[in-house]
Amino acid sequence: MADVQTSKAESTIAKAIKEGLFAAALALGLFLLIVGFRTDQNIRNELVLNQRWGLLAIFVLVAGFGRFFLTAYVTPWNAARAAKKRTAVAKEAKEQSSFRKSFPKIGLAILFIYPFLVISILAAYNGSMMGGLQGSLKYVDNFGIQILIYVMLAWGLNIVIGLAGLLDLGYVAFYAVGAYSYALLSTHFGLSFWLLLPMAGIFAALWGIVLGFPVLRLRGDYLAIVTLAFGEIIRLVLINWTVVTKGTFGISGIAKATLFGIPFTPGPGGFANLLGLPNSGVYYKIFLYYLILFLALLTAWVTIRLRRMPIGRAWEALREDEIACRSLGINTTTTKLTAFATGAMFGGFAGSFFAARQGFVSPESFVFLESAIILAIVVLGGMGSLVGIAIAAAVMIGGTELLRELEFLKLVFGNDFTPELYRMLLFGLAMIVVMVWKPRGFVGNREPSAFLHKRKMISSEFTKEGHG
Amino acid sequence: MSENKALLSIENVETYYGNIRALSGVTVHADAGEIVTLIGANGAGKSTLMMTIFGMPRARTGRIMFDGKDITHLPTHEIARLRIAQSPEGRRIFPRMTVQENLQMGASLDKLEFFDEDVRKVFDLFPRLKERINQRGGTLSGGEQQMLAIGRALMARPRLLLLDEPSLGLAPLIIKHIFEAIKELNKTTGLTVFLVEQNAFGALKLADRGYVMVNGIVTMSGASKDLLANPEVRAAYLEGGRH
Repeated sequence: MADVQTSKAESTIAKAIKEGLFAAALALGLFLLIVGFRTDQNIRNELVLNQRWGLLAIFVLVAGFGRFFLTAYVTPWNAARAAKKRTAVAKEAKEQSSFRKSFPKIGLAILFIYPFLVISILAAYNGSMMGGLQGSLKYVDNFGIQILIYVMLAWGLNIVIGLAGLLDLGYVAFYAVGAYSYALLSTHFGLSFWLLLPMAGIFAALWGIVLGFPVLRLRGDYLAIVTLAFGEIIRLVLINWTVVTKGTFGISGIAKATLFGIPFTPGPGGFANLLGLPNSGVYYKIFLYYLILFLALLTAWVTIRLRRMPIGRAWEALREDEIACRSLGINTTTTKLTAFATGAMFGGFAGSFFAARQGFVSPESFVFLESAIILAIVVLGGMGSLVGIAIAAAVMIGGTELLRELEFLKLVFGNDFTPELYRMLLFGLAMIVVMVWKPRGFVGNREPSAFLHKRKMISSEFTKEGHG
Repeated sequence: MSENKALLSIENVETYYGNIRALSGVTVHADAGEIVTLIGANGAGKSTLMMTIFGMPRARTGRIMFDGKDITHLPTHEIARLRIAQSPEGRRIFPRMTVQENLQMGASLDKLEFFDEDVRKVFDLFPRLKERINQRGGTLSGGEQQMLAIGRALMARPRLLLLDEPSLGLAPLIIKHIFEAIKELNKTTGLTVFLVEQNAFGALKLADRGYVMVNGIVTMSGASKDLLANPEVRAAYLEGGRH
């Protein structure tokens, strides 16, 4: 018995050595000319051939040893883990579900106390209340608000993609419509944020329907291309319609949001002055944090409610099988249009929030990359899963923000290293890793949407009988 | 509506896929309370006829009447709302939704006021579905998916039930069970059933009347008994197919 096992291990090692050598040889062949030689111009403008054997050796060794470790250790380890998982699957499922149930509640509680948590930690760290307030600006603004904007956008897009299954690559267009609605109407007519927030949502929803009509008959990749074009059209209109949008200069000096008419300005009548607090920009940021938290939770709440209603179920059925839907009496036209409109509306809300937060909007903020990031968050999180998407947004946006902070990397890679430049590279790597490891996203399982009271009545009655 | 008036009548219908004619001058009817079957070989146009009733694809000529109303040009969802339900070819259940949710989708027309009652009826008919109520549609076996497709169609409280090859790819025992369930349903509720089948023997034994379709043309029709005894039908569809 033991002999068999050792011989098996030996054969794995032998196989790994063989594959490692092969990979090294392949790398040598591949990189010999690409990496091993390099032509440079010398001072007399002559081409000189530089030989870079050291670098080539590193490439070859990385390939060879990488393949060796992969075959010898990583693959067997993965296989063993999979085998173990298969046997322990029933037990694990139960434990996980109790954790999963409480996770959203814990996360929500943390989100609600987050600004105060940051302030108190930093105040304790700096030894003064004022230091805590100023230091928390970055964490509340760059991390809190920034992540929550993307959570909200991704939840909005989730209605279109995750629930209704309509691949929309131009979602940022609705974000832009919301932002410019607020920017233009507030600078020209002086309307307040609270009036313009719902209006921006309505405008975006209308644009969602405008986009929806021509694409009603399209699905999958065709739909993706048309929505992509739509996003670009909106951006190009914003750039070129200079009379209204001021083109690439953008619109600046957009009014800030107020708390029931109380402005967040220094001096008499302002928020800090009224409450007798020291002047600081942080109150506005904290206010914005709670505002976007509220908006994001509104999105989640509406999504959860809609999923239990006929329209939400129709969206999900539409994603699964359009023909079956139609022959069950579902009007697929209105179903699709409501999905586009609802998703766009939340994009519009987020857009008007964005404009109020920045005080400045320009077409720069609404490029295709934004759509791609929002889509990536939805896919990574697991289409249709609110919790998964929130985690994905925190990881992707928080992670890229965090990379700006990683000064210690300079110690490893030398002083010339700027971690910001590698942000997108790591972003891409992380996406690939997640997709390999969890192809359906962080939370790939679809939660059944059977209703609350009726479901209990039916399931308890029938499952009992089902055992007989 | 009198008993002998046709509930569904398809008159001279021609359907095209692009320029290719799939149905030529098909005339078929089903009276209220009847089980009518349409048999034929692969590619005869049986499923096309079934889908043409639902307007996917639409009939280019001829007309389709349901309960005295011309439904030829109605949108598909409005045809379904006249209480015509369908268990389509390939079952087309919603794979990521649970059995219960699939049944809910079937009851989309009624705001779920009859849901408990109807779901009980479906479970009486197919007790297996009851055991699977919280399982995802895609994880069911083929036979269970077929039961779910029929169950989902029944949840719409149909006046006319269209069944497209419910026996496709199923074990003989399950086919027998499903056919018995259809018969039972017809007998107890008077439901009109229009059954498209390749399994000619089973279908003709179940049905009151039958039509034979070849290359988009109805070549024969009559009482099931007569068709079963007809030497041409026997040679083409029954002998050799009945082991």
